[in-house]
Amino acid sequence: MPPREGIYGLLAEFNTPSELVHATEQARLAGYRRMECYTPYPVEEAAEALHFHKTRVPLVCLIGGIMGVTTAFLMETWINVWAYPLNIAGRPLFSWPAFIIPAYEWTILFSGLSAAFGMLALNGLPQLYHPVFNAPNFRNGATTDKFFLCLEAVDPMFSPSGTREFLEQFPAISVVEVDH
Amino acid sequence: MATKGPMQDPIVDPMIDPRTGEYAVIAPGHNFKSVTQKIAGIVLTSNTPLGWFFGLMVAAGVATGVVVGCTWLFLKGVGIWGVTIPGAWGFAIINFVWWIGIGHAGTLISAILLLFKQTWRNSINRFAEAMTIFAVVCAGTFPLIHVGRPWLAYWLFPYPNTMNVWPQFRSPLAWDVFAVSTYATISIVFWYVGMIPDFGTLRDRATMPLAKYMYGMLSLGWRGSTRHWIRYESASLLLAGLSTPLVLSVHTVISFDFAVAALAGWHTTIFPPYFVAGAIYSGFAMVITLAIPIRKFYHLEDLVTLRHLDNMAKVMLGTGLIVAYGYGMEVFMSWYSASHWEYFMMWNRMFGPMGWAYWVLILTNITIPLTTLWSRKLRVNVTYLFILSFIINTGMWFERFVIVVTSLYREYLPSSWGTYRATKWDYMIYVGTMGLFTFLFLLFVRFLPMIPMSEIRMMLPQTKVTPGGSNAETVSQESA
Repeated sequence: MPPREGIYGLLAEFNTPSELVHATEQARLAGYRRMECYTPYPVEEAAEALHFHKTRVPLVCLIGGIMGVTTAFLMETWINVWAYPLNIAGRPLFSWPAFIIPAYEWTILFSGLSAAFGMLALNGLPQLYHPVFNAPNFRNGATTDKFFLCLEAVDPMFSPSGTREFLEQFPAISVVEVDH
Repeated sequence: MATKGPMQDPIVDPMIDPRTGEYAVIAPGHNFKSVTQKIAGIVLTSNTPLGWFFGLMVAAGVATGVVVGCTWLFLKGVGIWGVTIPGAWGFAIINFVWWIGIGHAGTLISAILLLFKQTWRNSINRFAEAMTIFAVVCAGTFPLIHVGRPWLAYWLFPYPNTMNVWPQFRSPLAWDVFAVSTYATISIVFWYVGMIPDFGTLRDRATMPLAKYMYGMLSLGWRGSTRHWIRYESASLLLAGLSTPLVLSVHTVISFDFAVAALAGWHTTIFPPYFVAGAIYSGFAMVITLAIPIRKFYHLEDLVTLRHLDNMAKVMLGTGLIVAYGYGMEVFMSWYSASHWEYFMMWNRMFGPMGWAYWVLILTNITIPLTTLWSRKLRVNVTYLFILSFIINTGMWFERFVIVVTSLYREYLPSSWGTYRATKWDYMIYVGTMGLFTFLFLLFVRFLPMIPMSEIRMMLPQTKVTPGGSNAETVSQESA
């Protein structure tokens, strides 16, 4: 865990996604690694500039789906064959084709819930407090029309004055210090 | 099809894209700020339009039909309805199938059109999903109150109990429980996940402390981090991919409720595709019923454009043709099967005592829509589409009426023939659910972002990223 006091990072605000992506690429070239972009809609190019490609959401979803199909099918088999066997018009107790339908539904139920809650868990949400909200200009733009790059203080390259100088070479609207 | 028109005429309408001759998906001149202000403004305004209060009051008044009707039903039992033997399925099942069918267009728009990269869907996606959820609420009411002893409805679920009694999974009615409960859950989750970034926007733009607090909690602390966005997009795509087979399976399972029974007119293999197409047909009609007054009332003609109405009308034309094929195939198969029972069922359906219902269905579902929707002029005629959407949903209700009632009331044994007559309680609860649906929908348009702001931003030209960071379009954002 990073220290909970002092400076969290420097936050640069841009008008356009192109400026943000350019600045992010340059920051990465300069050696910064601990950084994050904040945008009002998904900017894929920013993720590329951050070299963030892989998410584990599909894996979580797959595991959920496998759990769903197994749970439902085994439950149906156990209930209709052992726990409460009923003779329904002479059909076999183990009527697996009929069991497929609820199993199919639970595959979707479990994998859908895993995808949604897995995404939230991997994102660390809900997290109502975050240092970037302390920046005076962040909430005015980050969810509306402005694009932010935050270079974080935990990065070994980070120095309050040097990083500020680095960020000010880009056409940023502002570069502000973010406190914890 | 309309081939003449805008392509040849000099283009003067600013809503028509000169490159394609189609109506633009979003009116030109919008930027990130203007779309945000427009959509968030509807929710965050402190002046609620008087018309909204009026609508809410009327809807609440109509919705009392559900409360009164169900209270009396719980006191007296299902005998107050028109269901008897042989017509043991009446309004409750008709309305259940009708409502859940309406819901299906919402999932189609949010999931299938997302997978097909139909970005025009972004404007109508959110309220179509809301429509799905409220339609499922109305739909789910009916089987619950139809079971006779609704306080024991939880017996439908597999849960350990001291009686050692479990559900019977070879029954389509047990499949229904799984299909509809999964559908409701996944629809709500998909809807909520879609709204998280917009809740972030509302939290940041709200001025009232209560609104800030509520939207802040709902946003879960969303801050638009790029890593979050990538996982979010991945989850959205997965949910869309999962909802697609789900929506097709739900109405398929509902059609199994009929098709698995060995009753003439129900026992056919065409039911699943024909039910799904009919569901989407009626659902798009309902989206149009809702979209036209909303875009007018909230001045959203820039975001829900004629292009949307035109496209939705085309989807209705396509699914309507599948439905027409289904009707035709039912008639053909009842002859081709050489089954006396099937033959009689179809004759009775068309010319029996309730034959009028069949012809209402053919007129409203096939004749009127499928002859007129070919015309582009009519597809972009707002008044016509609005009226047509009601006509189609009337027709789709009659379709379920015809399927449920005409197969049941004159089945195999002539000695057990009867008739079906709905009572005032049937009508009261049915009309009441329409009030309930409208009531929930009005609350939704007032308190939740009815158009997904983050997805609309993605459709704007300013999103284009040019390498090197220089951007000549910088100025275009500052106009608002």
